[in-house]
Amino acid sequence: MAWAKKILRVNLSEGSVKSEPLNMEWAQQYLGQRGLASKYLVEEIDPKCDPLGPDNKLIFTTGPLTGTMASTGGRYSVVTKGPLTGAIACSNSGGYLGAELKMAGWDMIIFEGRSPEPVYLYISNDKAELMSADGIWGKSVWAADKIIRAKHQDPQIRIACVGRSAEAGCFYSAIINDLHRAAGRSGVGTVMASKNVKAVVCRGTQGVGNIKDPMAFMKATEEGKKVLRENAVTGAGLPQFGTQVLMNVINETGALPTRNMQEVQFKGASKISGEAMHEPRKSDGKPNLTTNAACFGCTIACGRISTIDKTHFSVENKPQYWGNSGGLEYEAAWALGAATGVDDLDALTYANFVCNEDGLDPITFGATVGAAMELYEKGAITKQDTGGIKFKFGKAEVLTKAVELVAAGEGFGKDLGLGSKRLCEKYGHPELSMSVKGQEFPAYDPRGIQGMGLAYATSNRGACHLRGYTVASEVLGIPEKTDPLVTEGKAGLVKAFQDATAAFDSAGICLFTSFAWSLDDVAPQIDAACEGGWSTEKLLELGERVWNMEKEFNLEAGFTKADDNLPPRLISEAAGSGPAEGKVNELDKMLPEYYAARGWDEQGVPTADTRQRLGLS
Amino acid sequence: MLRALSLEPERCTGCLQCEMACSFENDGVFNPAKSRIKVFAFHEEGRFAPYTCTQCDEAWCMKACPVDAIVINAETGSKDVLDSVCVGCKVCTIACPFGTINYNSSTGKVIKCDLCGGDPHCAKACPTGAITYVDADSTGMERMRAWAQNRPEAGPNYITPVEKDIQTYQRP
Repeated sequence: MAWAKKILRVNLSEGSVKSEPLNMEWAQQYLGQRGLASKYLVEEIDPKCDPLGPDNKLIFTTGPLTGTMASTGGRYSVVTKGPLTGAIACSNSGGYLGAELKMAGWDMIIFEGRSPEPVYLYISNDKAELMSADGIWGKSVWAADKIIRAKHQDPQIRIACVGRSAEAGCFYSAIINDLHRAAGRSGVGTVMASKNVKAVVCRGTQGVGNIKDPMAFMKATEEGKKVLRENAVTGAGLPQFGTQVLMNVINETGALPTRNMQEVQFKGASKISGEAMHEPRKSDGKPNLTTNAACFGCTIACGRISTIDKTHFSVENKPQYWGNSGGLEYEAAWALGAATGVDDLDALTYANFVCNEDGLDPITFGATVGAAMELYEKGAITKQDTGGIKFKFGKAEVLTKAVELVAAGEGFGKDLGLGSKRLCEKYGHPELSMSVKGQEFPAYDPRGIQGMGLAYATSNRGACHLRGYTVASEVLGIPEKTDPLVTEGKAGLVKAFQDATAAFDSAGICLFTSFAWSLDDVAPQIDAACEGGWSTEKLLELGERVWNMEKEFNLEAGFTKADDNLPPRLISEAAGSGPAEGKVNELDKMLPEYYAARGWDEQGVPTADTRQRLGLS
Repeated sequence: MLRALSLEPERCTGCLQCEMACSFENDGVFNPAKSRIKVFAFHEEGRFAPYTCTQCDEAWCMKACPVDAIVINAETGSKDVLDSVCVGCKVCTIACPFGTINYNSSTGKVIKCDLCGGDPHCAKACPTGAITYVDADSTGMERMRAWAQNRPEAGPNYITPVEKDIQTYQRP
């Protein structure tokens, strides 16, 4: 089996680390990563606990395919109760850290309690120890990374780290690994900093060897790679344009949320698109995009490696930003750009670099800046509140200043670090926060893509595109095309996407494979690696089980049907242009149908029959 | 025909599938730490480069070995380490100017690329054609073609997976 069968439990209050066996009974029901770590979390914490208190736990988790030859098998997730939402949080990241953790012989790390002093965890195969974070606490992710490498004198260590924003209590801080890959959403980095943990540093040289049937596994993974290679999205579109392939497509669909979702199309979309990243710029003749790059074990290589124009105002006299780093992906380009009305590609790239440098979720950050701009234009916040900055839509200088302030936790950055829900409540306009359960929307307007409204409203971690990406069907026609403007059939579609996604996320592979793979492609890979007879049916049931388990955690945390909702703007203010002109999101039509499809009662609570069917006790 | 590994850094995405395939073929585990081929990342420049033994004709590792544990494979031209003879003295690791022969502390022997006996698994695993196994006299052919066509730096700044036959992995 591909599990390492070992958990590293780190009690921060005591300063102890110990190894314990993985619960293999649970592994058969929840597989790994998102599913299995969520099972540990719901068993071990009180859903009502303070997310930033010592009673919350923080779990770094791999899946059984992490660190194997399965394409994209380098993922890890961070599971905890999220501070932005108060709901269960699970943020998934690529890069190389996940595989390294597995190579060191661990399926999971469970952090509990709170360290009296700032520390970081150093793992070298079986050996793990807490070390003082003196000298790296108070530093950015990028600065801390350099210091840690110099200290350990090992160029091959992999590092996950939180930045200054997390230390300052920003509610949406990310955990950054390998300098620019992020466990991005819901404030998992904020939880890590609240426990006084700065970094996880790992070196693993034991490898992953316990594959059930190695020859069958190599055959299954090779067949999977052939599918990825030959698919137009994973074999051509994503390597060439990254997720930014979507910018112009979604804008034309009339579903590109613009200026805090006041509009559904953005005039500047083409200037911040994947195509624009290929255009040579005037100053040095080089394009924004240097190359694409892969995460561990990935055949797709959608990652963007970019530079900022050295002559751009944001980096003048700042040579530390002149080199290559992780470039704009679609969600970040949308949030930093369309949501704020800024169409300056270099300003967006700079803001993205800073989000990585100091560990910020660019989606929530950009959307919060968009909300602040609307508050400012309405007069609800003034120059006195912002420290003199005119928070006007479309101003690149405001965006770049704002990201610096939030990164450092200074001035108006403290307010922006609250996220849009708390910010808009503070300034008397809660209706202007474009969020569900306190988490901001990603880059798809649910007036133009109806199914996404339901997906957002019911997502267990708050508004999110990675819990049920019906855009695949409604816009891209994967696995089959549905009409984005109708509500019929969307309840079943959302459920199917949510359940399948939970299965992908529990395996240790990247969700982007699902542009080309169905669970029929994934099941043979898991089954060759793991004991337990992993069929498509078993994976689908696992996905549904995980979804219901997360839902029950949220119900116990105090969420109700009233939280499965959308902001008033999206259900009462019609889209003003494009194919969806005149449309609002018709959530009220879809939600009851969805509850029924899920086997939940009218209040959105899983019935006894549903719980029994899924083995939830 | 003698064949050699051709490495094209400009096609590498840093996915490490070559390292995984190498360690799996040689040690039966997925373990980049024990791979005979290594990919190096140059973050600031936005570049990746795979690197391994080039099988020198005048192999300094072989000449330096005091116990004659490194021998020429007549079929492939690779310089192979005989585990039964190697005493783990590491003199070869000093002699090699490229650093591509390395000590493996878990076996007490040195390890280096042996071209998998003429069927290099790194090349099979590479999704983008950054590693290919070609006529040893023509390792520069693709690069020459790129230059002949136009300036290579003017080419597309992205790398896509290349078409390949499905390989069935076999291990002795």
